[in-house]
Amino acid sequence: MKNRKPTYFKDLSLIFLILGLIVSCERDLSEDSVVATFPNTGEVFTDNPINLTDEFFISFDPAQGANTEGFGIDNNVAYAGTSSIRIDVPAPNDPNGSYIGGIFKDRSGGRNLTGYDALTFWAKGSLTATVGLVGFGTDFVDDKYAVGLENIQLSTDWRKYTIPIPNASRLLQEKGMFIFSAGTQSTNGLGYTLWIDELKFETLGTIAQPLPVILDGEDLVQQSFTGSSIRISGLTQTFNIASGENVTVQAAPSYFDFVSSDTSVAAVNELGIVSVVGSGTAFITATISSVLASGSLEVTSTGALPAAPIPTLPSSNVTSIFCDEYTNATSSNFEPGFGGSTTQAAVVTANNDSVLIYSNNNFTGIIFDNTVDASALSFMHVDVYAQQAGVQVEFQIRDIGANGVINTNIFTGQPEGDDADYRFTTGNLTVNGWNSFDIPLTGGILNQKNNLGAIILAGGPNFILDNIYFYTP
Amino acid sequence: MDSIFRKIMIKLIGKSLVVLTLLMLTSCDPNEAQRVASFDNLVMQDEFDIEGTLDSNLWTFDLGKGPGNDGWGNNELQYYTDRTENVTVENGYLLITAKEEAFNGANYTSARIKTEGLFEQAYGRFEARIKVPYGKGYWPAFWLLGNDCGQNIWPQCGEIDIMEYLGNMPTTVFGSAHGPGYAAGDAISKKYVLENDRFDTGFHVFGMEWAPDYINYYVDDVLYQQITKQNVLEETNGEGQWVFDHPFYIILNVAIGGNLPGSPNTETVFPQTMIVDYVRVYQK
Repeated sequence: MKNRKPTYFKDLSLIFLILGLIVSCERDLSEDSVVATFPNTGEVFTDNPINLTDEFFISFDPAQGANTEGFGIDNNVAYAGTSSIRIDVPAPNDPNGSYIGGIFKDRSGGRNLTGYDALTFWAKGSLTATVGLVGFGTDFVDDKYAVGLENIQLSTDWRKYTIPIPNASRLLQEKGMFIFSAGTQSTNGLGYTLWIDELKFETLGTIAQPLPVILDGEDLVQQSFTGSSIRISGLTQTFNIASGENVTVQAAPSYFDFVSSDTSVAAVNELGIVSVVGSGTAFITATISSVLASGSLEVTSTGALPAAPIPTLPSSNVTSIFCDEYTNATSSNFEPGFGGSTTQAAVVTANNDSVLIYSNNNFTGIIFDNTVDASALSFMHVDVYAQQAGVQVEFQIRDIGANGVINTNIFTGQPEGDDADYRFTTGNLTVNGWNSFDIPLTGGILNQKNNLGAIILAGGPNFILDNIYFYTP
Repeated sequence: MDSIFRKIMIKLIGKSLVVLTLLMLTSCDPNEAQRVASFDNLVMQDEFDIEGTLDSNLWTFDLGKGPGNDGWGNNELQYYTDRTENVTVENGYLLITAKEEAFNGANYTSARIKTEGLFEQAYGRFEARIKVPYGKGYWPAFWLLGNDCGQNIWPQCGEIDIMEYLGNMPTTVFGSAHGPGYAAGDAISKKYVLENDRFDTGFHVFGMEWAPDYINYYVDDVLYQQITKQNVLEETNGEGQWVFDHPFYIILNVAIGGNLPGSPNTETVFPQTMIVDYVRVYQK
């Protein structure tokens, strides 16, 4: 799921506040002051979509492989009533798309779901496949209250599924009624049919014993500096349900109440973004409905990050990737989301100087949106800053060849096809100072550097980069 | 529940379904068919109002792993203690807490209290208001044993289980009776399932009304099972013996693991506490 930048309600609420103040000057409350509430309809689909338009299903992006052909209503199969939702999960080589998924959206004002404790539905499959994701709260706008239950196992007979609501008090106006994503990972590429019926928000009364978690339950200690920000990830909520099973859902940050022990050091917002604002140490914790989440972040700021050495080469000698002193030759994707990557990357700007902060890196990459022809260039420059002893970073400068695609052997991690690379690992970095490197464009890319497409970053795990550019002296 | 006193109860559920079906067949209207007397005379109560102390005039302890050192005959995993971390009174509640800790060769500690020799009675209404823990392996109970088990070996001395609960079935409790011909896995038993609620999130009153010819089981105000002399005969092909005409004493405990609930799993939360608001006994 993509995280999108939310549009805040802050401005709106300010207006409401002002309106409220104006109205409340009157002796009697005006009728206008009654807080608007949205319909609390729980049913989403029974035999028809309930209080939704005919266009309630919005597929994931077909350009990303989503198959829009396999979704429909089946009037011959139903758990109850006369019809159900039928989802034909495609084989990976289906020309219409390799997987199927999307959301059911309330295209009117949204619903008030505060009185419910779970989204439930009945489902069965033509195979006992595993469906990768079901949930709700994703509306393709803010996704502010996204909830995901991963890997539900289908039966070939109807079975009821329960997706607990992490904190229903937040769902005053929710438009994301359902989300699902299904592929054939569990069926060895064999397509299958999934039926869903009686999809509704319910008040079960048996959703209990909450065990919220942030940062995957770990108590992290992180060095940082003023001006940086850290995203609190690894957010889940677990409930014990009537069957006695614990059900764990991925929960968006906005279900949590985050607290910083010292807001003069670090502030944390409703999206779980920690902003380091001063030097010192702060503890970040979170609760859901007053239940303390396991996991915490101790962030220590040593003050402002010193500026990296300012490049002095004339711009005519430089093809820049990430550097404030030059115009970058291409934009880049700093969060490619490689499978298995644990990395958090953030561009942080303070005093008109941007740096790239990497946390918890195992491997990630800087993927150029357009390839760079470095045929006439001989070095890559990069400045690296570490705040812990023992940090080493490997840079893999990748030429992606004429096909313009990164081709990597998934077993060895080595370039294959028309790709080539050169790999350079720093020694242990000097702590709390900038380490400058000028890496020769040699090895596999000595004679193939006209389609540079990526810099793969391995190791660390925590470091800061600045001034990444190719040059000739 | 007890040692000798019980083996496996899995069969119970199936059995209770049969009982349930029979009941439904034989008594379409429970209010007419079932005998109910009123027990208004409060003869014993513990509201657990003495902070930090269990009333020693009413309660004593079962300690350890049972007389055979075999987990009270059920392969239960806990070691019962009388330490305040396992049993105490706070803020008007009795707290029986199961902990995960190495102790005298066991991996868990908990407590089991009883009124043996201190309060024993035949017939009447026995009730307690209780909130239970949750999670695989928890097996709390509120039950009675005949006061003659020393002479008349169980199940001859009789056992009445007012409430048993397994932590991996948070909406279900069991009520049972054990006697000669219907003991352990063959006890006469029935489950009661809460709708839209569960037993670990709030208090419920578990009541049992016992007269010379029947035992009625209640959760809150719902009568869900009646066991009569006739039931006992029907359930046992005429072999079973009604052994509920002599004084019984009360037991409250939290067992961990054993044959019936199975062992705790990695998701089971420790420590957790069974909270008892009161125990009251009435007579006619």
